[in-house]
Amino acid sequence: MSNLLERLFSSRKNWTLPYVLFAALFVVVPLLLIVVYAFTDDGGRLTLANFGKFFDHPEAVNTFIYSIGIAIITTIGCILLGYPAAWILSRSRSRYAQVLILLFILPMWVNVLIRTLATVALFDFCRLPLGEGALIFGMIYNFIPFMIFPIYNTLLKMDRSYIEAAEDLGANSTQVFWKVVLPLSMPGVVSGIMMVFMPTVSTFAIAELLTMNNIKLFGTTMQENINNSMWNYGAALSLIMLFLIAATSLFSSDGKGGSEKGGSLW
Amino acid sequence: MVKRMLSQAYLWLLLIMLYAPILIIVVFSFTESKVLGNWTGFSWKLYSSLFHTGAHHSLVNACLNTVAIALIAATVSTLLGSFAAIGIHHLRGGERKAVEFVNTIPILNGDIITGISLFLLFVSLGITQGFTTVVLAHITFCTPYVVLCVLPRLRQMNPNLYEAALDLGATPLQALRKVILPEMRPGMISGFLLSLTLSVDDFAVTVFTIGNQGLETLSTYIYADARKGGLTPELRPLSAIVFVVILVLLICMNRRDGKNKQLTR
Repeated sequence: MSNLLERLFSSRKNWTLPYVLFAALFVVVPLLLIVVYAFTDDGGRLTLANFGKFFDHPEAVNTFIYSIGIAIITTIGCILLGYPAAWILSRSRSRYAQVLILLFILPMWVNVLIRTLATVALFDFCRLPLGEGALIFGMIYNFIPFMIFPIYNTLLKMDRSYIEAAEDLGANSTQVFWKVVLPLSMPGVVSGIMMVFMPTVSTFAIAELLTMNNIKLFGTTMQENINNSMWNYGAALSLIMLFLIAATSLFSSDGKGGSEKGGSLW
Repeated sequence: MVKRMLSQAYLWLLLIMLYAPILIIVVFSFTESKVLGNWTGFSWKLYSSLFHTGAHHSLVNACLNTVAIALIAATVSTLLGSFAAIGIHHLRGGERKAVEFVNTIPILNGDIITGISLFLLFVSLGITQGFTTVVLAHITFCTPYVVLCVLPRLRQMNPNLYEAALDLGATPLQALRKVILPEMRPGMISGFLLSLTLSVDDFAVTVFTIGNQGLETLSTYIYADARKGGLTPELRPLSAIVFVVILVLLICMNRRDGKNKQLTR
């Protein structure tokens, strides 16, 4: 037996095996189960009723579309606020930038629900009403670090001589930004979009807390159904979300490999 | 000059926005009031009642569970992920693409899908959900990040080093320990820290895999608390302490880093 194991692991390719087995059981099989549950009913018979139920309920469809809308607004907000920050950071002295980056990461170590409740407290404190505004503020607040880092990383790696070359060739600063800097930092922006859009479109709990249960996002609908033992319908909703995620990642893989290179916080 | 000041002002404004909620929690941890945002005079009462076991025993328990789950999950993920990264580094072509694709699934999926899919797995297998299932779930979403942290380190490594060690008479195991492991270590450390962070912060996956045996982590405790209407006031001093500890740790790490860099220069 140990001899067999030794032979198996002498080729280092096979070192992936434990992880492959683990991932098969805990990543691939569970995803297949979502598909199985989504297309069956309580008794295990094949059916499309779960999807029919979704499309027949305007409320569920509206929640879905509304969640996508909120996620898009959050993502755009993160780009508009985060890009300038990443740009300024990338131009600062590296020691100073490092300290500031740490300061940007730090809030993420405070539990996400505590942060959300703190946002609620902030709105109460400033006597602002909870609702859509609070929701969008809270989402941007929670996810903006994930936009700043990938953009910062690509800006840092960018070859500065391109900018100088453009300036020498007579481009003004607006032109330099739109024609040189932005296109070169696109991989970072795309991976930032992935890291913000994906989690925001599927959040739950945060929305409930920020809006006093007034606004429901799709994630909450999914959770409620699973909690109420409507596993098949919940699985169907998950599958719809999964399609959305797959579509988004296809869109971003056109942008070429940003998520791996630029995505790291470290 | 003006432009520079404006841009710095922008950065600090953004930071103030990020810190405002946390600041409020820290400030209001020094007052007794039940409701956050209501100042009823300075007091250490919440701090002292946090450290006296009794009424808030369940909160302390939830904290300990969170730490235990995070440590176990991060350790296992780091080992599993590093081991896998060495393997992936030696894979080529389609095999490699397939493994790397599966590796990105939990990262892209979104917590809620990971949570629901694992919930369905445990339900179908008839496993009672509790501590073990939460740990397994956390390993599932942490390991991919470890792989992504370690792989670039292996890619940067000079492949001849390993061969050289073998030529000089090292056994493969020795070469692994003395040559490959030191190269991988920074990636493993970042992977471990990232896993800890993700695990402590996780709510969505935990809530689907924790079952109903009465086990609580910090996240599920806060969630249940918030749904009941009021936050346990002791959460404020707790968050403040966690925040300060992490702040101090980060400053220490940063200073050590800076010194090391100066030395190597």
